Amino acid sequence: MGALGNIIRKEIKELMTPATFLPIIIVALIFGTMGNSIQGIQEQAKEKPVIGVINADNGTYAEIASSILRTNARSVYNSTTIDDKQTGLDTLKQKDGVALIIIPSGFTGQLLNETPGQIEVYWIMKGAGIMDTISSGVLQYLITYVNTNISKELIKGNHTSVNASFVLMPTAKVETTYFKDREFKNLSPDAIVGMLSSQSLLIPIVMMMIIIMAGGIVITSMALEKENKTLETLLTLPVKRTSIVTGKIVAAAVIGLLLSIIYMVGMSYYFQGFQMSGGADLSEYNLILSSVQDYLLIGLSLFITLIAGLALCMLFGTFAKNYKSAQTLTFPITMLALIPMFLTMFADFGTLPLALKALVFAIPFSHPMMAPRALIFGDYAVVISGIIYVSIFAVITIAVVVWIFKTDRLLTGSTRMKKISKVGGQFFRRKRQY
Amino acid sequence: MAAVDVKNLVKHYGSIRAVNDISFNVNEGEIFGLIGPNGAGKTTVLRVMSTLLKISSGSIKIMGYDVEKDADKIRKIISYLPEDAGAYKNLTGRAYLQFIANFFDAKQSREMIEKGIEISDLGERIDDRVDTYSKGMMRRLLVGRALMINPKLAILDEPTSGLDVINAQEIRKLVKDTAKKGTTVLLSSHNMLEVEYLCERIALISDGRIVEEGKPRVLMDKYKASNIEEVFTKVVR
Repeated sequence: MGALGNIIRKEIKELMTPATFLPIIIVALIFGTMGNSIQGIQEQAKEKPVIGVINADNGTYAEIASSILRTNARSVYNSTTIDDKQTGLDTLKQKDGVALIIIPSGFTGQLLNETPGQIEVYWIMKGAGIMDTISSGVLQYLITYVNTNISKELIKGNHTSVNASFVLMPTAKVETTYFKDREFKNLSPDAIVGMLSSQSLLIPIVMMMIIIMAGGIVITSMALEKENKTLETLLTLPVKRTSIVTGKIVAAAVIGLLLSIIYMVGMSYYFQGFQMSGGADLSEYNLILSSVQDYLLIGLSLFITLIAGLALCMLFGTFAKNYKSAQTLTFPITMLALIPMFLTMFADFGTLPLALKALVFAIPFSHPMMAPRALIFGDYAVVISGIIYVSIFAVITIAVVVWIFKTDRLLTGSTRMKKISKVGGQFFRRKRQY
Repeated sequence: MAAVDVKNLVKHYGSIRAVNDISFNVNEGEIFGLIGPNGAGKTTVLRVMSTLLKISSGSIKIMGYDVEKDADKIRKIISYLPEDAGAYKNLTGRAYLQFIANFFDAKQSREMIEKGIEISDLGERIDDRVDTYSKGMMRRLLVGRALMINPKLAILDEPTSGLDVINAQEIRKLVKDTAKKGTTVLLSSHNMLEVEYLCERIALISDGRIVEEGKPRVLMDKYKASNIEEVFTKVVR
């Protein structure tokens, strides 16, 4: 073998370690799961939206509109009287419907009088993620298609002399959205998602930044203790293992918080830039956290999650042999912080497929990210169960770390033969040499 | 009562027996040496005694305390100096000694630091960052750290490892002085001349077993050898 081949073989052998491949394999599995779910959402987009239609007008244009809607959507409730509105909404809620569309009496008459005909849309919103609005997006397109077809009919029906802006936009939507037992008048699902995103984006970013920064500190600290050969001395000093673990976690949390505050000062200016571009008043729709209790719950969720996250980092840190391996081990932590951030941004926890729901719930970092939205809608069960779960997770993780600190593992690493030579000097190769 | 009482100590790493049924004891105020080649099991014995590793079987008592059951108490009375130990690089030598002293009696903290500085003998460099120290300076700081707390038992793994002749001699003298003041010293070394000079009694370790034990002079007479190196060679053959 030539010198080049020799070097390549040695380099590959050094790089072929579990620490190199495991994070990538985990990330690949997570992306695979997410891909499957996104595929499901794409299929959902191809499906006809489930709607209900109440056509209380017996005119031509109302018939055109209802005909288009019934042909291009799956209408599971049909009626001709507005009195059936509540029955229609109940039916749609049962049948996973998107919206009840009411064409009121006088619709055709309005159009004939060159007044935009009103279409009432009662949206049934299931989740507040971007992807939860796909079905409503399809229906929005369908309503636009109704508008276009009525335009064509108006032009065909010798109405060419009328106001061009009316002919091009002959219908007007009056929207009401029902979401989590609340009614939002004059708001579409898209608008609500936009408003909630602006409200709940800050905490996921703060959480992610703290975990990435403080987590990196903890893992690196453990790695440096080993690399600088200070760990053995520390472990023989009269200090409890729990104090060592807690000390490292608290110190990292303090530094992580400081770094995050500095980071967030910059980010707040970034957000201000967006707020200046307009937007609805969130308080008008009661889409803000109002009580001190809500803020306390978010604070508690953040704090417990930070402790749990850092304990997890500490656990990872016990595997770090040196600074280089510590850098690799921060990668899965970063991914664990990023996944719930994106998932909660794109989809609502309540509407996720079961596998993803389990994944999101299992990742401790998800809970403070989901908490603001849940609290806005009074869903205390999600927040409190999250806090309980993360607390249990933190306690178990810390207990495991302390247990590792009490075992040989921290110093000996693996108990495989090739590692032992490092523990007991050159135990195998030179045992007879003097 | 013996300061250290090791009975039938066995330590496994997986399927490997690194220490195989070792027994010995060390008297109070004595300097006892574990002698053997690299990989013989010396460091493993010292790590087990320092509460770093778990015992597979057997028992160790230090000043009457059981290493497994009374680990917290033992850590208060021992001081362990690993062979390749380091210090926190961002700290100065003085800050490092302060950090260690803070784990012990607060009333004696100042006294401990002064003693550590005296043993280290780093002059003005004690206020420089540790990462600027040479290997000899670092080792002197670590010996200062190990001995400043007035341990009842000092466990020193290759205390002069990697040091030049002058530095090594100074540290040997320090160890002897410490023992004279009442500290029991258990050290490991593969430097036979060093242990001959330092130790009152020695145990020769090979392949995880004690193959001979006694006073250096007695062993040399027994094997008709002029030094411990010769004794060891004759024993392991």
